[in-house]
Amino acid sequence: MTNLVGSTAKSSSQAKVAASLRRRYAAELRFRAYGIVAIAIGLAFVVFLFSSIISKGYTSFQQTYLAVDIDYAADTIDPEGTRLPDTLSAADYQAVIKASLRAQFPNVEGRASLRHLYGLVSNAAETTLRDQVVSDPKLIGSHQRIWLLADDHVDSFIKGQIDRKLPESDRPISDEEIAWLDALKAKHGVETKFNLAFFTSGDSREPEQAGVAGALAGSALTLIVTLILSFPIGVAAAIYLEEFAPRNFWTDVIEVNINNLAAVPSIVFGLLGLAMFIQFFGLPRSAPLVGGLVLSLMTLPTIIIAGRASLKAVPPSIREAALGMGASRMQTVAHHVLPLALPGMLTGTIIGMARALGESAPLLMIGMVAFIVDVPHGLSDPATALPVQIYLWARSPERAFVERTSGAIMVLLGFLLLMNAVAVVLRNRFERRW
Amino acid sequence: MTIEKHQHVTEVSRSVVFNESDHSSPGEQVDTKTVGQVTVDSPVISARHVNVHYGEKHAIKDVSIDVAKNAVIAFIGPSGCGKSTFLRCLNRMNDTIPNAKVTGSITLDGSDIYDRSQDIVQLRARVGMVFQKPNPFPKSIYENVAYGPRIHGLAGTRADLDDMVQSSLRKAGLWEEVKDRLDNPGTGLSGGQQQRLCIARAIAVDPEVILMDEPCSALDPIATAKVEDLIDELRENYAIVIVTHSMQQAARVSQRTAYFHLGDLIEVGPTEQIFTNPVHKLTEDYITGRFG
Repeated sequence: MTNLVGSTAKSSSQAKVAASLRRRYAAELRFRAYGIVAIAIGLAFVVFLFSSIISKGYTSFQQTYLAVDIDYAADTIDPEGTRLPDTLSAADYQAVIKASLRAQFPNVEGRASLRHLYGLVSNAAETTLRDQVVSDPKLIGSHQRIWLLADDHVDSFIKGQIDRKLPESDRPISDEEIAWLDALKAKHGVETKFNLAFFTSGDSREPEQAGVAGALAGSALTLIVTLILSFPIGVAAAIYLEEFAPRNFWTDVIEVNINNLAAVPSIVFGLLGLAMFIQFFGLPRSAPLVGGLVLSLMTLPTIIIAGRASLKAVPPSIREAALGMGASRMQTVAHHVLPLALPGMLTGTIIGMARALGESAPLLMIGMVAFIVDVPHGLSDPATALPVQIYLWARSPERAFVERTSGAIMVLLGFLLLMNAVAVVLRNRFERRW
Repeated sequence: MTIEKHQHVTEVSRSVVFNESDHSSPGEQVDTKTVGQVTVDSPVISARHVNVHYGEKHAIKDVSIDVAKNAVIAFIGPSGCGKSTFLRCLNRMNDTIPNAKVTGSITLDGSDIYDRSQDIVQLRARVGMVFQKPNPFPKSIYENVAYGPRIHGLAGTRADLDDMVQSSLRKAGLWEEVKDRLDNPGTGLSGGQQQRLCIARAIAVDPEVILMDEPCSALDPIATAKVEDLIDELRENYAIVIVTHSMQQAARVSQRTAYFHLGDLIEVGPTEQIFTNPVHKLTEDYITGRFG
């Protein structure tokens, strides 16, 4: 080996190469290690985020119910025996529930204790009973064991979010309430069921009755407006700028401005929407229509930029082939360029839409931050959106809103994943090789 | 070196003007510095004093040449000499390039193709083009060939269209290879097949002239031979202008050859004469492989 290296100039340069090779491989290894570390850190954050949200939020998909022996006392519900629907809906079901609870726990005495007892079930239980009786008046006079929605502090306790070892003054549930619940549990009177109401009802002051349906519908309506406005306009603008517009000072100005618009903070678009759509055009406040308009302003630059990039990626040989065949420019674009660019445009659009879905700041400016119980059915109904709903719940003091906040985040993330999945499917289906 | 050559060109070209009047060339007399016969009897395309500027760059300098019917003319010359640029003037493909300016006149069957009244779509239906890199549309083989007839409304019925596709593929010598897989994507064919598909696509609209821009430069020798045979057959029905880097190819397929140098058309003549007995010094240097 030594005489090989020493013998000729060639072998000495080979030795240098060998030495530098070691350095180069070491550098490559280091670089790979950096990459792996970077990915690991990123993944760790994602795992942390998801596990924190899911561990906090999965319980919001479950809801505690209490079994109460209800005495449908005829003299409370319908003392005159008319069975008229009006009488039945106006009856005092609160009293029915209170009486039934007192009958179930006969030893409870004193105003404070009784108030605690009545507070075990949600005040939504009243509506449950009323709906039951109105649809089936034959229940009056009978005894039924039915499941009533538990109040949020009971729900939190049953789900183990409140530690019973804490001193009584430090927890929102009293010793006697715990005792009653234990008694109920012993009789299989406590159950957690799938929380369907979380997906079917709107917002509420009572956490156990609050759901994301209103916010989900608001987000969906807003996004529909955004899509209908920004996709055609964005694609048309991208095609015009990329395929038809002459290259001159004005198109340069437009291009720079579109790039700048993409970087404008979204709250500025909210202010613009407030000033223009609501103040000037007089469109309704808190409406998905205005939300969609504002979000399309925000999404348009993204779609135009993505659209132009995917048009640029279409090889010029395809354009030449079509033009050489005598296709007009419009035909060249419509028959050949656009079909090839469309997957990229769709991906860009869905990325823009996903951003719009997660946007809350501009919606705050146009009043989509209000407390709205009803699920919106039209574009001008007052509505809120998922991210705003999350923000509203995160501000609420009740323990049970914590899990609902995380639950709503999970719904939002699910929505986003769904949209991204659609983007991937569309891209794979329409992508063509050349 | 370049400057020296250029001076050489101008020097020789002056003497050529005298020579021109001695020759009794067919067709009209054209005042040109080009050596040889630029004109032919009853040309399909005739270009006169064509200049092309790309912004500041003078890419084509006062070129005059005729393209004959039912014959192949080859444009040869070193890279960047303007032969492709000139070819693309013949069906106005340069229109798509911003700041390209074409002056002079190019007539197709006597009417000026750069005239305001000339419809560019109609022009390209009459002057087809085949490109350097095979560029079939990313659609089926059938759709590739049917595209031209379809946009120009040439086929009345589906059966007509089928016939057109079949006859075009037959003329391009591709029918036997693809008749069972017309629905397969055109991009799935081999390079040579793709280029013949592009030729089939071009002849499907029954043009008068076919322009070919180095059609074989991306093909292997066997595919090249097939395309060359095809060009020879197509000559019966079409006028063909082919730009090529391969002098052997020019010699094999063309009847006339034009030699371009730095934007000048140096010499035009019958292919045999150009390759065996070039008049101009630059042509001779290029043919004998001294540069280029």
